[in-house]
Amino acid sequence: MVTDLNTAIWNTLAAFLTFCIFSFLYKDNPFYKIAEHIVVGVSAGYFAVILYWNGLVPKLWNPVVKQGKWYYLIPGLLGLIMWTRFSKKYAWISRFSISFYMGIATGVAVPLYMQNFVIRQLSSTMLPVHFKNSVGFFNLLIIVGVLCALIYFFFSKEHKGAMGSAARVGIWTLMVGFGAGFGLTVMGRVSLLIDRVIFLKNYFTSIFGHIL
Amino acid sequence: MRRQLPILIVFVSGVFMVIQYFIPHESFEFIYEYAMDWIIIIGIFAMLLGLWSLTRASVSKVQAKAPGWGFSVMTLVGLATMLFLGFYKGNKSIAEGTFFMDLFWYIYTPIQATMFSLLAFYIASAAYRSFRVRTVLATILLVTALIIMLRLIPLGPISGVNQWLASWILTVPNMAAKRAIWIGVGLGATATALKIIFGIERAYMGKD
Amino acid sequence: MNFYERLMQLDRRWIYLGVAIAVTIPVLAPFKVPVYITPEAKAVYEFVENTKPGEIIFLAIDYDPNAMAELHPMARTIMRQSFSRGIRLIISALSQNGPGMAEQLISQISKEYNKKNGMDYVYLGYKPYPGITILAMGQNFRIPFPTDYYGTPLDSLPMMDGVRNYDDVKGIISIVAGNIAEYWINYANGRYKAKVFFGVTGVMTADYYPFLQSGQLLGLLGGLKGASEYERLAKQEGVATEGMSIQTVAHLVVIAFIVVGNIGFFMSKKKKR
Repeated sequence: MVTDLNTAIWNTLAAFLTFCIFSFLYKDNPFYKIAEHIVVGVSAGYFAVILYWNGLVPKLWNPVVKQGKWYYLIPGLLGLIMWTRFSKKYAWISRFSISFYMGIATGVAVPLYMQNFVIRQLSSTMLPVHFKNSVGFFNLLIIVGVLCALIYFFFSKEHKGAMGSAARVGIWTLMVGFGAGFGLTVMGRVSLLIDRVIFLKNYFTSIFGHIL
Repeated sequence: MRRQLPILIVFVSGVFMVIQYFIPHESFEFIYEYAMDWIIIIGIFAMLLGLWSLTRASVSKVQAKAPGWGFSVMTLVGLATMLFLGFYKGNKSIAEGTFFMDLFWYIYTPIQATMFSLLAFYIASAAYRSFRVRTVLATILLVTALIIMLRLIPLGPISGVNQWLASWILTVPNMAAKRAIWIGVGLGATATALKIIFGIERAYMGKD
Repeated sequence: MNFYERLMQLDRRWIYLGVAIAVTIPVLAPFKVPVYITPEAKAVYEFVENTKPGEIIFLAIDYDPNAMAELHPMARTIMRQSFSRGIRLIISALSQNGPGMAEQLISQISKEYNKKNGMDYVYLGYKPYPGITILAMGQNFRIPFPTDYYGTPLDSLPMMDGVRNYDDVKGIISIVAGNIAEYWINYANGRYKAKVFFGVTGVMTADYYPFLQSGQLLGLLGGLKGASEYERLAKQEGVATEGMSIQTVAHLVVIAFIVVGNIGFFMSKKKKR
């Protein structure tokens, strides 16, 4: 793999920073701390620039200055008063814009969360149960699993007798879910490391030729 | 006015959003579209607030020469460099091939990606230290995790069986478990939203 | 202190070294592992394959560099497959540091296939509050995005002529890390009935099976395995396929750690008794 000098220098910097972070595995050290603090600043700076060019300019500057839509100053003002959070005396003013956001966000959420996360999920659990093939039996397992797991989360009645048995089946079902989640989490975490290992392999290959 | 008016704003805007979902009238759509538009503008300022907060914290650490203030200088240098590079070429700065994007790609990306890759080491260590077959529940969890993990490993003749089993776990018991959790999320989110709209939950307002 | 007790008090750095060796071996001595294709991954592939040239797919690149390892290969393969088939893309990036991830892919892959901004693809960029942005796009893409990422008004881009909202795209493929996924299901599918497909991180994969079963989600790529399945299906073997051999060895090592940890635990307990 041949790379130009510019890319090689950038990649060397990236590889150095990668090792700075890995050095934390041995113990905390200044190299790790430097990289850690740089990333905070760079990340904040990057985001500020994106917010400006992708946010403020098209959403506020252009409508007000270029298109003469002066009424866009109202949300601009509501946004600006968020900054009163920094003053102990005037922090309460920021509540007006926060409350506008809270009202819209929660108002939107009420019917949609109920519809998509509760009703739709419950109706999708109403599956045909039969014993002609495995599908019908698995459907039964799904229905029992969902109901029992819900019973496990129901704390208004003591988990005793039939309720207790159902709750026990519920926690078993949940444990299978958590186990699956753990197995996939291992894959996810290892993937993150794989990316860095492949990056370092490609870097060393580009600089020193093929390793083997 | 300091508390009542915000509660009233939440109530009116919240109830309006609920109603417009059920009655998609033209005039409602008009207000709905403006509400979305304006919220995004407010959001931009809210996000910038966080950035200002970070800058202020770093600057005061440097001014007070607090322990580790040198590292805060690095943060400020990173921030200032990105701001300078992000603005000096106008909006062309954020296109690929600029110095600004190089810093994103060769400084920010490797550090961020490597920081998260450390989790691979931690999860291995956690698996070694605390993944114990002590109870029935822990055994169920462990066996399931092993089946899911083994699907990535070629097991010769039993690979097919293991693939089927892993797929069955994901689509039957795991699906049932996660569905119960999502139903809980849905009920919780709806209840919290209603509490906010009716002014019962007011934590978002902070203290007087 | 006997052997098992010492095993239990092993310094964590030995475990780290074990992991480091495990991931290095397949890099130095590469080998291939079989990849089994799941129906949920095939559904995403077939959706792109069945989309006709000239039609539009909405590709949401909703992740930061911390999820790049798993999600970048998916986004790259889908973008290549779409461009190679003449499918047009509307691309957004609703994660905080995601715009750079999307911009890198677009600039690289559009050059490979000689695709033009505004004609073959439109890159909308970033806006805050992903939930609200997704809802607003359901009304009109121009509400949250009056201009594209580069500052060009959407109305002046030929590709956006007559394209108003989700009704004008064949479907949405969100390559997503974090709770933005929830918003796509709840708002884009729930409110606007858009067809939604996901590529998610390994950690998130198990959580989205209920939505697959209910039909709120039509396809799912889970983590690096999902990415490798997609690479295999699209015949574009790349980083994800290469990574699967490393996954295999790393998984063996983690399983070995669990087994040894349990043996050590029970044996040291037995000795104490």
